[in-house]
Amino acid sequence: VTPAPNQAPAPPPATLTVDARGLRCPLPVIRLAQAAGGRAAGTVIALWATDPAARADVPAWCRMRGHDLLDVTELDVTVNGDDEVVHTAYTVRLGEPAR
Amino acid sequence: VANHPGERAVLDAASTPMHPVARDTLMAAVDAGWADPRRLYAEGRTARRLLDQAVEVLAAGLRVRPSELSFAPSGPAAVRLAVDGALHAGRRRGSRLVATAVEHSAVLAPGRHRAAQGGDDRLFAEVPVDGTGRVDLDAFAEAVGVTGTTAAAVQHANGEVGTVQPLARAHDLCRATGIPLVVDAQASLGRVDSPGSYDVLAGDAQSWGGPGGVGVLAVPERTRWSLPGPAGEPGLGRSGHTPWVPLALAAAEAWQQAEATRSEEERQARALVDLVRAAAATVPDVEVVGHPTDRLPHIVTFSALYVDGEALVHEFDRRGFAIASGSACTASTLEPSHVLAAMGALTHGNVRLTLPLASVSPRRDADVERFCAALPEVVLDVRAQLGAEHL
Repeated sequence: VTPAPNQAPAPPPATLTVDARGLRCPLPVIRLAQAAGGRAAGTVIALWATDPAARADVPAWCRMRGHDLLDVTELDVTVNGDDEVVHTAYTVRLGEPAR
Repeated sequence: VANHPGERAVLDAASTPMHPVARDTLMAAVDAGWADPRRLYAEGRTARRLLDQAVEVLAAGLRVRPSELSFAPSGPAAVRLAVDGALHAGRRRGSRLVATAVEHSAVLAPGRHRAAQGGDDRLFAEVPVDGTGRVDLDAFAEAVGVTGTTAAAVQHANGEVGTVQPLARAHDLCRATGIPLVVDAQASLGRVDSPGSYDVLAGDAQSWGGPGGVGVLAVPERTRWSLPGPAGEPGLGRSGHTPWVPLALAAAEAWQQAEATRSEEERQARALVDLVRAAAATVPDVEVVGHPTDRLPHIVTFSALYVDGEALVHEFDRRGFAIASGSACTASTLEPSHVLAAMGALTHGNVRLTLPLASVSPRRDADVERFCAALPEVVLDVRAQLGAEHL
């Protein structure tokens, strides 16, 4: 999996990446919450999702849980050398207390 | 919470069972008013008289003259015609439309389509709303001030979250720049006082317990409004659409029934919605959506974190409740509600109630109480199905 060149300023490097591509709502947010569980404030997590509902639900989850949504970027990635997959990458920095 | 087999609680009156008296009127009018009201023979003249009566009732209800009222094949069709007529009449000025981001798709979809066809983003401006769903009036003022703006569309109140828009101020801003304000009142007509701040008004008889297939338009004489294409037949209002007379008559009967009990109905519905809001707020990670006070009396919606909206609809259905949802996969689309998204609200795990009129649904109080009792358990069960109860 190779990310395509990205014109926007790069978000901070993520400590971990959650791949929720192909999952429908509310699963991307649940996967993100599971990954956030027990991690320290300041941890940066990247979420990859294709579900259109994540566009609204990731920011809403950050608001409800006190996390910061640092970046939302459309990415084209090439899988196994040919298939192009369009997805959205969300970069989240966990706030206090990370649940 | 016990199952009540066969006892259905309809809490989604966006498409409503008819008022029983209006239903009787419809049945009688099928026999008495079937004819084409434009025909000159006795049956046609009878249909004409019945249609005129319906127009008189509905025009009085919307506080316009009978000549200013017309019909459309549905509420969404009325909204679309309302916008089309305002844009067409103002075509020398331009073709730019300004609308709030929470308008009905009957405004948003054609607006986006026109901009795409014209290859010009500026032909359609969507004005943002705040977290309660109210339009940002500063952004609205800026948008209607752009050269070439021809019309603006602001709903009276939102049909998904109930929030009422500041129409008087939006209308002032439109008047200051000389553009007409189209108001979509599909969610509110007959439930609260009809709005007075508009240049073109569109509604749907289903909001007051009338039949489907009856859209209404109020276009005051002062408004510059005309549809493209050949002129309609005279005497049928400015839309040129002649409704099926029995439907128009049933819509008028339902209006009179709703109007007779409106203030008490409004008070009761508001109290029931307050019960639902309170019950929803007791469940962990459930957000009640919409303005807390400046809202329609009969619409309430909430979203539950980590809950599948489709599963919620099915679980409530299994327990006897007909409820709607703005979550993706709960309607004809895979996209979640644009209204919830524009408000920054959670779109998954969404439940929306549109209370029927008490006169349409006599067991409404008990239905809502039963719903409130079932709500926490259903939300927690559906959340647990995804293993998300401790996140």
